[in-house]
Amino acid sequence: MKRKEASIWQLYLTFLKIGGLTFGGGYAMLPMLQREVIDIHHWVTEEEVLDIYAIGQCSPGIIAVNTATMIGYRKRGISGAIAATLGEVTPSLVLITMLATILLQIQDNIWVQRAFGGIRVAVCALITQSVFTLSKKSLIDVPTVLLYVATVAATLAFSLSPLMVIPAAILYGLVVQRLKRRKP
Amino acid sequence: MIYLELYWEFFKIGLFAIGGGLATLPFLYTLAETHGHWITSSDIADMIAISESTPGPIGINMATFAGYQAAGPLGGLVATLGEITPSLIIIIFIARFLGQFDKNPYVKDGLYGLRAAVVGLITYAGLKLFGTTLLVNGSIRIKETILYLVLVFLVLRLKKIHPLYWILLGAILGIVLHLPS
Repeated sequence: MKRKEASIWQLYLTFLKIGGLTFGGGYAMLPMLQREVIDIHHWVTEEEVLDIYAIGQCSPGIIAVNTATMIGYRKRGISGAIAATLGEVTPSLVLITMLATILLQIQDNIWVQRAFGGIRVAVCALITQSVFTLSKKSLIDVPTVLLYVATVAATLAFSLSPLMVIPAAILYGLVVQRLKRRKP
Repeated sequence: MIYLELYWEFFKIGLFAIGGGLATLPFLYTLAETHGHWITSSDIADMIAISESTPGPIGINMATFAGYQAAGPLGGLVATLGEITPSLIIIIFIARFLGQFDKNPYVKDGLYGLRAAVVGLITYAGLKLFGTTLLVNGSIRIKETILYLVLVFLVLRLKKIHPLYWILLGAILGIVLHLPS
């Protein structure tokens, strides 16, 4: 497939569209991303998108933003990266600012308080679902389960900062995998 | 100055949250502890609900919302810019110097540990969320807890249904059951 060029403006608008039409970002954005950058604009190939998406998942930051930055950079260098990323976050900025303004004005209303009383319970259920789904992919053997239990215990019981957990977990992964390989 | 402080706090979140929007949650809870005048832990439940039912990446939605709560519309903008700055720097660096970053064996080994810890951190955030939603002054809120058990049973069985619908159902049930109890 022949790759087509992209202008800064096109990058901004395309990622604006992706950001504005994807509910949930990250995992939900892939089909929309494929349609826009492969089928419509022919900016990158199918394999490239999957690679870029994989890199976005394992790099620090929001997956959708990482993906936008990477594609923008490949097409137009640093200014392309900035344009695509700003496009991706523009709908959030506009919509959330509007919603937050409205919400702060109506939050004392009894109906709104009751609705949010129920919404919070639904959010608890949704987080439980996310933990279950992520566990299946991430807790795959004894060392990962141990690390999971240790993380929950350390943060909850000993108030260890999540900032400390991240580097420690990376180090743990490196050490455990090395030890595993050494064993015959 | 509040904007600089907001930018820096969300810069740190963007740098350390790996694995999607929900991975920013434990950091938001830390923020509620260190900067209680910006956001409180009970705000976070509402932030998740709004962020999951609005278009756009959840992590960005939550950053905008938290920044707005802390310092108005400009606060929302600054927090979001803070959160995306590390991504821009790191991804451009990777694109320029590390082509096959995701296939590097060290990266793979590090992620093996990291993924497990991220689930742990999200569990921690979830338990904090339960604390503000299902408990009041250390005792269980009966109505909420029963509703939670019913919803969790349904949500885990009907995985294909979009979060937006569960949030709408929650809103209706909240009005019908006169929550919070």
